[in-house]
Amino acid sequence: MNLTSKRTKSYRIFSTATIVLVAILFVFPLYWIITGSLKPVASINSATPEWWPSEFVLDNYERLFNKQSAPLFSIGSIVTGPTVPAAIRWLVNTVFMAVMSMGLTCFTAALAGYALAKKRFIGRSVVFGLIVCAMALPKQVILIPLLREMSDLNLYNTIWAVILPIVGWPFGVFLIRQFAEGIPGEMLEAARVDGASEIKTFTNVVLPMIKPGIGALAIFTFINSWNDYFMQLIMLNSTDILTISLGIAKLQGENATDFGIIMAGAALASLPIIIVFLIFQKYFTKGITMGAVKG
Amino acid sequence: MKMKKVLSLLLSFCMIFALAACGGNNDQTAAPANGTQAADATPAATQSGGASPEASGDEVSIVLATYPVGKYGDESTMTELIAAFNAVYPNIHVEVQYLDYTNGDDQVNTAINGGQAPDLIFEGPERLVANWGDKGYLVDLSDLWSSETSGQIYDFIETACKHPSGAYYEYPVCMTTHCMAINYDAFEAAGALQYIDEATHTWTTEGFINAVAALVANGQPNAGIVFCGGQGGDQGTRALINNLYGGTFTNAEHTQYTADSAENVKALQLLYDMEGIEFDAASVGSDEIGLFCNGTLNMAFCWNVAQELSETAGQTAQFEIFPMAFPTESGAPKLQGGIWGYGVFDNGDPAKIEAAKTLIRFMTEDDAQYTNAVLASNYWPVRELAGIYSDNEVMTEYGMFMQYMGDYYQVTSGWAEARTAWWNMLQQIGAGTAVEEAVAAFVETANTAAGN
Amino acid sequence: MTAKMPQSQVKKPLRSRTLVLRETFASYMFLLPSLIFFIGFVIYPMVMCIFTSFFDSTMGREDIFIGLGNYVELFHDSVFLGALKNTFIIVIVSVPVTCIFSLWVSSVIYDLKGWACSLFRCIFYLPVVTGSVAVTVVWKWMFNNYYGIFNYIGRGMGLIDKNINWLADPRFALACIILILLTTSVGQPIVLYVSALNNVDQSLVEAAEVDGANKFQVFWKIKWPQIMPTTLYILVITTINSFQCFALIQLLTSGGPNHATDTVMYYIYYEAFKLYRYGYGNAMGVILALVIAVLSAVQFKLAKSNE
Repeated sequence: MNLTSKRTKSYRIFSTATIVLVAILFVFPLYWIITGSLKPVASINSATPEWWPSEFVLDNYERLFNKQSAPLFSIGSIVTGPTVPAAIRWLVNTVFMAVMSMGLTCFTAALAGYALAKKRFIGRSVVFGLIVCAMALPKQVILIPLLREMSDLNLYNTIWAVILPIVGWPFGVFLIRQFAEGIPGEMLEAARVDGASEIKTFTNVVLPMIKPGIGALAIFTFINSWNDYFMQLIMLNSTDILTISLGIAKLQGENATDFGIIMAGAALASLPIIIVFLIFQKYFTKGITMGAVKG
Repeated sequence: MKMKKVLSLLLSFCMIFALAACGGNNDQTAAPANGTQAADATPAATQSGGASPEASGDEVSIVLATYPVGKYGDESTMTELIAAFNAVYPNIHVEVQYLDYTNGDDQVNTAINGGQAPDLIFEGPERLVANWGDKGYLVDLSDLWSSETSGQIYDFIETACKHPSGAYYEYPVCMTTHCMAINYDAFEAAGALQYIDEATHTWTTEGFINAVAALVANGQPNAGIVFCGGQGGDQGTRALINNLYGGTFTNAEHTQYTADSAENVKALQLLYDMEGIEFDAASVGSDEIGLFCNGTLNMAFCWNVAQELSETAGQTAQFEIFPMAFPTESGAPKLQGGIWGYGVFDNGDPAKIEAAKTLIRFMTEDDAQYTNAVLASNYWPVRELAGIYSDNEVMTEYGMFMQYMGDYYQVTSGWAEARTAWWNMLQQIGAGTAVEEAVAAFVETANTAAGN
Repeated sequence: MTAKMPQSQVKKPLRSRTLVLRETFASYMFLLPSLIFFIGFVIYPMVMCIFTSFFDSTMGREDIFIGLGNYVELFHDSVFLGALKNTFIIVIVSVPVTCIFSLWVSSVIYDLKGWACSLFRCIFYLPVVTGSVAVTVVWKWMFNNYYGIFNYIGRGMGLIDKNINWLADPRFALACIILILLTTSVGQPIVLYVSALNNVDQSLVEAAEVDGANKFQVFWKIKWPQIMPTTLYILVITTINSFQCFALIQLLTSGGPNHATDTVMYYIYYEAFKLYRYGYGNAMGVILALVIAVLSAVQFKLAKSNE
């Protein structure tokens, strides 16, 4: 008994130490982005790594902000916000895109997932089969037709060209369906006996039951669309409708790469979402967890 | 009850779509080029009979896409140029889209597919004439080429802007010669200065070999790299390989790729065998510039005056940068020129095309305005423009490379395919494929794309 | 229970044709919003993709019908076959490694002190929220041949005697991509496993320990079956994630060196927007879609039979 506990203990120490080492590798990119954004260009480009900035400067942010500008927002052609650095507008666009994708996905998926799980109707297996088969489909597969479709709809070079395919992606429906399966049939039956309409049944009975699932889906969609660099690369062109990821990626293609600006951009892109993550960490992890318990 | 259910569902639908449509509109108006073409076409057609938009007073919006040529990628520069234009033509609204050399081509290609190509584009003949023009997306600018000032444009520039079909798909603004650069201090320390001719900025192939050997002997394992990560800076690697033993990239008529000549094979083999020169598939042109400027490499093959002046490249270097022509056996280097100017996409709207041409005329015809347009690029004018850089030391130093200007062959059809295949060929050689084999594969791909 | 009996008895005969139709109508009303997006932006483009895959379609020229020409060429295109292989290598390596690694990390950290556990959870989640473009910028620097941190440390520790150009070496490039992919995909599985492990029925664990089971046995016999649903979910999302791996390749290697890191996803983009071969790109898309559809169906069937 003593021997085993000793062995367990040394295993624990060994594994914790390994995890700490690996964790450093995980923190490092973020650390490097943030410190790098505060270093002078020469230190960033230096051939020997400068682990801690020898000198803190805000030049990189200054150059990033002075590089291009755009209105903070624009609603129609009449209402335009004050002119701000383009990077700020890119952030606004990214948030708009992520929130919209999240909202629309949750709304459509909640309705459809419930119907697929709890209703017996003609064509159900066909719809569900299509959803399962399309779930892992990378968007690159349909990129050429999608591009032409967006152009026919006059949506090319608008944020909607990025949002709509995200909403169309059927993973959300699948996820909610898994949750809704757990709703006891008796509850739905009881609501029907009470004379509740379909909508009432959905809002009063179904919705509270699948709420954790919707939470999980919301987080998943938000992060996925925030990182959905590919669709942005294909669909967006104008300075004032870029997203922050695409903006940074484009900064890398200059004649001589300005790593200072890129670091500043990367810091700007990641800090807001990390702060949101840290504040809402509890809900974040809870939401994701709930998604899995029944999935 | 059922009615209510259906109604509420319908309502929620309308809400989503109202939301979607409204949001779509917002962004659409933010990008004025969007979708308004069809609507504009009718009124425009009625007044397109030569009447300039200025006369008719109609509002026209055009999109100008620009690559980062000198300061053409900086918003402040572009805003100034456009403001000057709008002072004369207030009715032409210009939206500038900034492209980069990594994603820019792909983005223009997706935009063409998306039916929203920019109206005006600022780049070189390799993209405008040999690529988009060749594929029929650009407007023939012959009428601009009949003006008085266009008669003063240097002949070799005119040739480059002209498609074999006789159409002009580019109206040039500025030019440069692409050269290479060495780390003067490192060369001095390695005793390698004896191999270069400082007065003429030239060296021989043998001198190049000796200089690299001297640098390696002095403890520098990375004298230079043949970067082949893709995208941008291809002229540097091509010029190096072609110059070493006097090979050519295409035939003189620009109809066929000839990179498989014995001279080129010999040059590639030399570079592959050379200690101190590495084929690097992880670096692209801009990486090479960065590595050179921070002292890691002692020579850069992707260089021109803009790199020297760049605040994030040449200006960060802690050593003396010395520009050089590429090494040759004959002593007569043939440098690759860089030409930049405007091309006009045919988006089916005569008013936009006319507005685009108006902008080109404005930027190039009047000497004072043309000077500004050239200064913004940090390069040289394409016609005589007295005294533009007379008191600028750096420009004068780099100006001497003009005498080595070689044939502008980047107008051969299939340019985009050839460039992609070029990187692949270098990567194969770097990975150990026999030079003859890789070069033969490249020439076959490129010539197929060129229609041979 | 008693209330339910008469219900179902009444229901049976009533489930007539009209009722089925009414239920179907109501169901489609619920499905409609989702189906509009799904059909509009997934199914319709997919159909168009299949349709145009039979054409030789390029920029600035009318499409030419060539039947199965694109498909015939595909199976003679060594780059495509290589890309297909790379795609599978990425999925086959990254899915199990992600699952095993995250399970191992979770099993170590879930019974640490509260703050320590949530600290680690956060750290492993960071690359997910930082975003692949931002993370890639740093990784590119870390892999750099000349002053990258891996060569720096490797040389410092005497592991390598000469700098390795990680991303330019066909032997390592794909492995580097997979490594970065792993760091951006283990975050969510770890969070999931930690809470799944916390939800394991403790009385069963204690009972087993009393019976003399060792740690390993407790894990396999008690915990593993209970976290099985989580594992299945993780398998699904990791597979999806691995098939979406595009940004890393586009930003780090552009499919190089010499197509060593091409995946089908990147190769479609490459053929379509660098070489203007739209029909060919679409044909590749169709092949990949078929493969993925079959895989998903199989995976789902397996999950079903395990439930």
